[in-house]
Amino acid sequence: MTFESPHIRVKDLNVHIGGNHILKNINIDIPDKKLTSFIGPSGCGKTTLLKTFNRLLDRNKDVQIDGQVLVDGENIYGKDIEVTSMRQKMGLLSQRPFPLPMSIYDNIAYGPRLHGTTKKKELDVLVEHYLTATGLWDEVKDRLNGSAARLSIGQQQRLCLARGLAVEPEIILGDEPTSALDPISTQKIEELFLQLKDKYTLVLVTHILRQARRLSDYIAFLYMGEIIEFGPTEDILLRPKEKLTQEYVKGYIS
Amino acid sequence: MSYKIRLLKDRLSANIFLELSLFSILTVVLIGYGLYYKSSPILQQDTLWHLLSSTEWKPFKNEFGFFSYIIGSLAVTGIAIIIALPLSLLCAIYIAEYAPHRIRQILVPLIDLLSGIPPVVYGVWGVLTIVPYIGDHIAPHFVDYSSGYCALAGGIVLAVMVFPLIVSILLEVFDTVPKELKEASLSLGATEWETTRKVVLKKSVPGIIAATVLGISRAIGETLAVLMVCGNLPMIPHSLFDSVYPLPALIANNYGDMMSIPMYESALMLSALILFVIIFIFNAISRLILYRIENRS
Repeated sequence: MTFESPHIRVKDLNVHIGGNHILKNINIDIPDKKLTSFIGPSGCGKTTLLKTFNRLLDRNKDVQIDGQVLVDGENIYGKDIEVTSMRQKMGLLSQRPFPLPMSIYDNIAYGPRLHGTTKKKELDVLVEHYLTATGLWDEVKDRLNGSAARLSIGQQQRLCLARGLAVEPEIILGDEPTSALDPISTQKIEELFLQLKDKYTLVLVTHILRQARRLSDYIAFLYMGEIIEFGPTEDILLRPKEKLTQEYVKGYIS
Repeated sequence: MSYKIRLLKDRLSANIFLELSLFSILTVVLIGYGLYYKSSPILQQDTLWHLLSSTEWKPFKNEFGFFSYIIGSLAVTGIAIIIALPLSLLCAIYIAEYAPHRIRQILVPLIDLLSGIPPVVYGVWGVLTIVPYIGDHIAPHFVDYSSGYCALAGGIVLAVMVFPLIVSILLEVFDTVPKELKEASLSLGATEWETTRKVVLKKSVPGIIAATVLGISRAIGETLAVLMVCGNLPMIPHSLFDSVYPLPALIANNYGDMMSIPMYESALMLSALILFVIIFIFNAISRLILYRIENRS
């Protein structure tokens, strides 16, 4: 399945880690301002694929990446690419929240400060805006200078989302962002993802089929490092064409 | 094997481990008490304040003042840490955050090797290279005369000795910073250096303090290499190029030699006790700082 002007286009991507062929001939288009989910069993390569999008993968040792990942038509593995400014376009939400070792305020202000916003007034506005956007403002407005580590884990994950939004990304990558959260916090994050779909391109790795169904517009099913099937949510979950996809969504393989 | 016997073994082993742990802790207490007991004759003769603050060291006239030895120890240790800490930090940052895997595999064993070299070799190296270099090339720019056997020489030799210790502790500290935390910073568009400075170093402050204190403890107790290069004259140094006489050197040079002098043994034991207390205080302070930091976050 291809799109006319995808936000991210992956072309002939192959990833080897320590001699193992982890991703095999990946070709996929991630549509603009939609939520695309990667599903598949553990070890199928879905997180690896996600991490090729912001070039965090190639920091690890023994990683070999061949092929292209085009973001807005530009190959992020090209020679002239500025990795830091490219990464700024991609918000990342990891499996467990990792608040930076500083106050709640400084967590949000961290990115804007790096990119040149230093005036206290402007930062105040940004902090309030993004904490409000993630529903945290009322919960933390009295302890903005308190350590972010003291928040509950669900609040921390929303803080991490707010922190990512504060650098004005275009794409948000979620690597099983609710897997460490309780059901209520999970619901809050999911609601936020649904709201964010209007403004951002979202890519979500999940192993929870019901979550993929609730949130995604498109789903890609990965198995053993290959994309088996990619299409609209209903097609993949209710009318899968491939036998492997059918077995996976019915729960025969995991 | 019956259930009862297995349970008995379990309880027995727990008890044995407890007793072994208590025994090793007891050693510290016994050393402290032993030193106090041995040094009590001189403590009865003079007040503690007098012993610590006096610079008069005339064993034949029964005058024992430790001030210049204490200053000597602190000076050499201070110089060593001032030199070693920045170098160790930069080296550890490079290895942990920047160095390709292959270079790390070469560097780390080399640094470990440094800590395995016997102190006497460092001492000889100091005498052959550092001391003449300071005496001939550095000191003449600052003072009229220095033999080169001085506080600075001791500090440099000590710095080289504590460097591998601090680096290897710092490497472990940096490795405990979660990869995902660095990735979080990087994904916000931070560079590697910004991430290191604002996230990795910040997260590592307690570990850096611990490494420094261990470095100080190691440096202040180091004996042989220091006594070979720092001149061993009991005086208050007025510059980096004056001789100093650290406490461990005092003990090592004199213990067993002039025992016919009354109070001499007691005085040497007191200097050991002073060392013991200084290290104890450093450790206590670092514990306090660590406790504060952990409570704050």
